[in-house]
Amino acid sequence: MDSNLIIKLENIEVIYGTVKVLKGINLNIHDKEFITLLGPSGCGKTTTLRIIGGFTEPQTGNVYFDNKKINGVPPHLRQVNTIFQRYALFPHLNVYENVAFGLRLKKAKENEIRTKVFEMLELVNLSGFQPRDVNSLSGGQQQRVAIARALINHPRVLLLDEPLGALDLQLRKEMQVELKKIQQRLNITFVYVTHDQEEALTMSDTIVVMNNGEILQIGAPQDIYNEPANAFVAKFIGDSNIIDGIMHRDYFIEFGGNYFDCIDGGFKPMERVDVVIRPEDIIIEKPSEKNIIGTVETVTFKGVHYEMTVDSFGVKWIVHSTTALNPGEVTGMNVSPDNIHIMKKTGDENESYEIDEISRMINDEEVNINDI
Amino acid sequence: MSLIFLFLYIPIFILIIFSFNSSKSKSVWSGFTFDWYVKLFHNELIISSLVNTLILALISSVIATIIGTAAAIGIYSMKKAAKTVIMNITYLPILNPEIITGVSFMLLFAFINFDRGFSTLIIAHISFSIPYVILNLMPKLRQLDRYQYEAALDLGCNSYQAFVKVVLPEIFPGILSGFLMAFTYSIDDVVISLFTSGPEMQTLPITIYSMTRKQISPEINALSAIMFIVVFTLLVIMNIKDINDAKKRELKYISHGG
Repeated sequence: MDSNLIIKLENIEVIYGTVKVLKGINLNIHDKEFITLLGPSGCGKTTTLRIIGGFTEPQTGNVYFDNKKINGVPPHLRQVNTIFQRYALFPHLNVYENVAFGLRLKKAKENEIRTKVFEMLELVNLSGFQPRDVNSLSGGQQQRVAIARALINHPRVLLLDEPLGALDLQLRKEMQVELKKIQQRLNITFVYVTHDQEEALTMSDTIVVMNNGEILQIGAPQDIYNEPANAFVAKFIGDSNIIDGIMHRDYFIEFGGNYFDCIDGGFKPMERVDVVIRPEDIIIEKPSEKNIIGTVETVTFKGVHYEMTVDSFGVKWIVHSTTALNPGEVTGMNVSPDNIHIMKKTGDENESYEIDEISRMINDEEVNINDI
Repeated sequence: MSLIFLFLYIPIFILIIFSFNSSKSKSVWSGFTFDWYVKLFHNELIISSLVNTLILALISSVIATIIGTAAAIGIYSMKKAAKTVIMNITYLPILNPEIITGVSFMLLFAFINFDRGFSTLIIAHISFSIPYVILNLMPKLRQLDRYQYEAALDLGCNSYQAFVKVVLPEIFPGILSGFLMAFTYSIDDVVISLFTSGPEMQTLPITIYSMTRKQISPEINALSAIMFIVVFTLLVIMNIKDINDAKKRELKYISHGG
């Protein structure tokens, strides 16, 4: 067994009413890594986090911490701490007492508490805020108090549930850098939940892409971006063109009305597949019989590049290019073989039923939307 | 606007003015005196029933607050359908005419052969106070951030510590207002007390009620004036506190915006 492992989830299933929120999750979390659970809301990422924290018990499956099974161990006996959505600070306590909360429970000595609280507030850049009322702080400051409060117990693993969701873009970027710094400085494991793919790509050592109660792909940010396992991952991680294609034989594919060489094989002859092409990988050329021909519909300036939509026989392509074309112009598009990502077709049969069922349960207050 | 206030407060002002009237007349002003206030404090019947009323109100509202708080927390954690049903059941005793509640208590105590006296009064008062405590507490519970409770567990509390250290301070204002309401209604109650008190057990409202059936003594005016002033002062204090809280909240929004 992997000696570097800190948490292991084995075949975890969680069922709310008639809905399987988690459908047999298997996940290994390594010590000192920054791992991000990424997926749309309702995909099961927060439930996974709550299982590690001890707030939700799986119906089936095992949770291991340091190779010891911890199913049924209550949250206060686990060596993990959590940063909650919207921080959950204690409004009747000031900043100092909020941060000191964990140590007071351990009956630590007053001078030890004082030293540690000051140390933690310095770590999150809030020195001097000790006597402040937590209600008088800005969102970003409240977030920092929540981080200090969770870290004072020296957890081996910090769980973060969409911690930057309520902050504006500028602040979010600053906090991303700061959280990463804190993680590296304390040298502990962070398990981070977000639906923001950019956040996941910037901060993580490992990304776990989830949808519909299942893990779709686990990998380093570069691998997930460059080699998405299926159309959903490709669509979720950045803009993507996902086009129907036919695999004529190994390394040879038809899509967009033309034939291309590619680097994938192992499909049946003439198998229908999904072709994923990143907008920035499309090369704009003069129209010819070797490329895909389309008409430019819209052109938007995005700073570094222009984003264009190109209509090719009813299929809308997103293209990123540093040179702008004019709407109405006819253009050719080409892709180099290693930028053509080919995936087996997957179906999403039950998804809409389950979303209906989840929204019914949320209405009836059977579950909390933030817990799924 | 002022007309409405006049309509609301004129009866009480007249009562207060006549509590200083030197004659027993209810219509003729014959001079200023404190006599009725002095007499009031020498009237043993009134003072003993006042003491009874205060003890009864204190005991019944404390017990009702404890039971009501526990019940409210239980209802809060129920599923929506069950919650709706239970809340309607909670409303019912408030809407039910007091006289029916009173008679049914009397029948119940007769049925189980329980002698009416102080204990039956306490039981009845606890019973009709509980819904007020629940109704005062529910909005506070609804405002509660459930994640604060989980954060307390996360930081090392067991569920009892999390409740005492985090949930209780948050809902305390609701518990306090529930207690005050139970206390007030207990002092205020005539009808239910009439049916559930024994012959030797008199509460203040009952004493006043039976005195008015003979002849209204101006001592009653004096007592009513005192009670009004006490309630009025409490109200003013609570309002000042509310205003201060609102200012604090405003400050919070200002700093959030910035």
